[in-house]
Amino acid sequence: MGMRRRTGGFVLAVNPIQCDGFGHCTELAPDLVRLDEWGYPIIDKTPVALSNLSALESARLAVRGCPRQALRIERVSDLPEGPAHRT
Amino acid sequence: MIQAHDLPRLLHGDTGRPLTLAQHEATFPIGARPGGLFEELEASGLTGRGGAAFPTARKVRLLREQRNHHKFVVVNAMEGEPGAHKDQSLLSANPHLVLDGAEYLAAMIGAKNIAVAVARDNPSVVNHVTRALHERERRHDRGAKFELHTPPWRFVAGEESALVHWLDDNESLPQYRPQRPTILRIGHGPVLVDNAETCANVGLIGRYGAAWFRAHGTEQSPGTTLVSVTGAVERPTVAEVPLGTTLREILALADADPNPLALVMGGYGGSWLDGRHLDLPYANEALAPYGVSVGAGIIVVLSRAGCGVVETHRVVRWMANESARQCGPCAFGLPALAEDLGHLAHATRDAAAAYQRLVERAGVIEGRGACRHPDGVVRFVRSALAVFAADFEGHRHGAACAGAQSRRHFAAVPTLEREDELIWE
Repeated sequence: MGMRRRTGGFVLAVNPIQCDGFGHCTELAPDLVRLDEWGYPIIDKTPVALSNLSALESARLAVRGCPRQALRIERVSDLPEGPAHRT
Repeated sequence: MIQAHDLPRLLHGDTGRPLTLAQHEATFPIGARPGGLFEELEASGLTGRGGAAFPTARKVRLLREQRNHHKFVVVNAMEGEPGAHKDQSLLSANPHLVLDGAEYLAAMIGAKNIAVAVARDNPSVVNHVTRALHERERRHDRGAKFELHTPPWRFVAGEESALVHWLDDNESLPQYRPQRPTILRIGHGPVLVDNAETCANVGLIGRYGAAWFRAHGTEQSPGTTLVSVTGAVERPTVAEVPLGTTLREILALADADPNPLALVMGGYGGSWLDGRHLDLPYANEALAPYGVSVGAGIIVVLSRAGCGVVETHRVVRWMANESARQCGPCAFGLPALAEDLGHLAHATRDAAAAYQRLVERAGVIEGRGACRHPDGVVRFVRSALAVFAADFEGHRHGAACAGAQSRRHFAAVPTLEREDELIWE
């Protein structure tokens, strides 16, 4: 947890089988997660830069706060060039 | 030996009864394969016939690289699609060709066990395979050990991770795979899952080699394939055609309506294709620009007496009911799509609003399930919106087309045993 890499990116990934739509994630990481009309998370699949510390921190909170432990942070070693990723 | 240009290949010597082992060995003598087994498979360019058209050699290579003594080969003959009869036809014509292919695959990856999975709802096929396995047991003792498994039939039970889940743990539910391609496992043993038709093709490549195999088909889609043609046809048919045959020729084999409104291509997880495009070759590279694919080798013909909106509703309603209900977007999203389509099919007062909801919901569901079941339904709905755009326009303004009133249906949907199986309504 302590080590912070400033290069590369991450995506918040949900295991849809585990997820029961509690919706804690959208409270804890509102910039990363929105809910559909049935209360299940919609998460953008474009990687977020690891240098975006506030996003990373909220993602970690969402992972820890999920009652079904359905979320995890997947590291993406190389960010695609250009404006595709979010900082 | 059958010559490279002979047709059919997979259904060669079909007498209406399954070939015995002796007949099989006489019909398909071991030929002179020019090179090594794996090299020939790689050179053949064979792609999986279960729907995804993934290169078989790539899958085999992935499993070859695993160091493990408990590998499995799984022959998938579950045939989840209601319009499909190809695995059934193949196993009723020549089960030994499929089993030979499975043995070649096992030899290539070093597997000691082969599981053949046939839905228990298809007892005649189960009998054919049982008999074939007995014959082999008596004849020779080499290579891997066969086992027959008969999971109950459900649409998603044939999905590879659901099938492996059944073999591993008696639960026909798809598994979550964060990375793809993933190696599925039974216990600790990595599993190679291949469709029965893919195995039969491996059986031929193992005998006669890549050059022989490539004598039919196109450069990118070599070989022949089995295609089930149903719907507005005189004779529902499973035909073996070289990939690249035009749709018109394939439809003629089943005496289909020569001027159809549209075709379902690839099955209910596939797409609608406008009936004007009958001169397209049946091969993925030619079909891709039209948003359709060979898929699981199914063509359902919709005649001009039918209505695309009604057919789409019937299929989606059934597909929604076939969800394993593990993932929220699928368990709730697909019934919502079905409900919207219901309003449109019956051109109710709510139809215009339902159309808006349908478009929005279709955009939200994709890619959010553990398996591709919801994605397939969304693709089916999207293609319907494009192909039947004019009909949807009428239906949403309360004017159902003539076909919707005719009550003739073309896309076969299994009847639900009890209407209350539709748990959401």
